[in-house]
Amino acid sequence: MIRFWNWLLPHPLLTVLLALVWVMLQNQLSAGMVVFGLILGIVIPVVTAAWWPDRPRGFRMGRFAVYMLIVLWDILIANIEVAWIVLTRPNAKMRPAWVVVPLDLRQPEAITVLAGTITLTPGTVSADLSDQGHCLLVHALDTPDPDAVRDEIKHRYERRLKEIFE
Amino acid sequence: MTLEIFGTYFVAACLFVGAAFALVGSIGLLKLNDSMTRLHAPTKVGTMGIGALLLASMVQSFVRGEGSLHEMLIMGFLFVTAPISANFIAKVQMHRRACVPPPAPLGDETWSTFDTPEADRVIDSPEDRPA
Repeated sequence: MIRFWNWLLPHPLLTVLLALVWVMLQNQLSAGMVVFGLILGIVIPVVTAAWWPDRPRGFRMGRFAVYMLIVLWDILIANIEVAWIVLTRPNAKMRPAWVVVPLDLRQPEAITVLAGTITLTPGTVSADLSDQGHCLLVHALDTPDPDAVRDEIKHRYERRLKEIFE
Repeated sequence: MTLEIFGTYFVAACLFVGAAFALVGSIGLLKLNDSMTRLHAPTKVGTMGIGALLLASMVQSFVRGEGSLHEMLIMGFLFVTAPISANFIAKVQMHRRACVPPPAPLGDETWSTFDTPEADRVIDSPEDRPA
């Protein structure tokens, strides 16, 4: 019985997410749409399971919600900071820098979330990953101290992602 | 009635903030002079600009009693796709050697963009091309 459920719902969170997205796409709540969303949510993960090997087993929803709130707040601050830099700082005084972030994360999904977070938050864009996936290349818009940027990324985001994808 | 008035002012404020951030993003795109720094303005300020405009749209629909949550999806998809396009542009610039060369990664690794056969490397400008 448990094996049946594992086969039918290889990824329960994805099922819920797909159903939710479907209902929101309709922009109105009706029973038929919820049922159809659930059908899509069950069929799509089963059909695509073959293309998703080694997906993360553990995923802490509560911690991820906290993480998303932190990131949203950082995006707000980052926008104001970057807007201020763009409007007030002359190009000649800009201090762009490359930052190499050594990664402790190994799961592709976790690294993807980290890279996306870095691009969306304070003055940094993730540019590349090393061939073994052990280092992340980040470009900072304006920083006096690239090491501080690296430490903040590791402490603020990577540490939390490690806890989420355990 | 008061809620409606309050909502209308809130929508107006959101529209103003969104438009201002979108404008700053475009100014940044024009003003910054290096291809890598130029990437920063639209990726960040753009998300905020569009986020505020979508929030305005959502609040407006609720004030008018229709209710719409479409905008949450747009925001979600935008937050997922914006970093990927930024990453692709950054990789193209590294591949074309159009930016300051980045430091080597730790250990004996290379950046995956540079991990290409010699023949596949793009040459920067037509003048550099071998005759």
